[in-house]
Amino acid sequence: MITRRHFLLLTGAAVAMPVKAQLPANIAEIRKAALTEAIGKVVGNSRVRQGRVKLDIPPLIDNGNAVPVSVEVESPMTEADHVKTIHLFTERNPQPYVLSVQLGPRAGKARIATRARIGDSGDVTAIAQMSDGSFWSDSVRVIVTLSACLEEGLI
Amino acid sequence: MARVVVNVPPEAKRGEVIEIRTLAGHPMETGFRRTQLGEVIPRDIIRTLVCTYNGVEVFRAELHPAIAANPLLSFTTVATESGTLEFRWTGDNGFSATEKAAIKVV
Repeated sequence: MITRRHFLLLTGAAVAMPVKAQLPANIAEIRKAALTEAIGKVVGNSRVRQGRVKLDIPPLIDNGNAVPVSVEVESPMTEADHVKTIHLFTERNPQPYVLSVQLGPRAGKARIATRARIGDSGDVTAIAQMSDGSFWSDSVRVIVTLSACLEEGLI
Repeated sequence: MARVVVNVPPEAKRGEVIEIRTLAGHPMETGFRRTQLGEVIPRDIIRTLVCTYNGVEVFRAELHPAIAANPLLSFTTVATESGTLEFRWTGDNGFSATEKAAIKVV
């Protein structure tokens, strides 16, 4: 016996499903996919673990055009155990890439700093590759009040 | 010629980790902006910065449009011997700039 409530639920679901599928993929999803792809290119099939990397970025950004970012990785930086590369990604820029650097034991310390453009509120991710091939990462969710590249009317 | 500035301590103890700061004057045009007429402003960015210490590469960075104008990069290296640090920036439209800094290791 189908109750009225049951019937409405069923038809509601039937109607909602195709409508959802017909909606164009929105920009947030596209950018999320671009970020996932960019990270995938760097790490391949390896597992990315949280920790060892410390991403320092202000959580509230007044002006996204020049955001101070620094990344520090815990590592003895010896010939046997050092940081090989550090990659920096953002979630909401037109392109997810920000910076990639190559370090070696001669760096002494794995610490870099720069200034980035952040397009919109979202995650900023740093991924470090160690000399043993392992990947470590850190993410910070930031809020941007004035976006970089406002004048061009992106999106 | 582009204006570039590097900050390297003039003197360091052997084995000391020194911090190097670099700054290059460049608009870092992203390639995503448009003029008021709707034309895309072509991308013009610095793509790489390479630092060599007495001819040995100690640091390499690959920059993308998401780096702010006048890119600042700071990193560290171990002061191993007296000599020169050479910095080379290269980018779109044949951009190239070099800078040298001497360091005395005691």
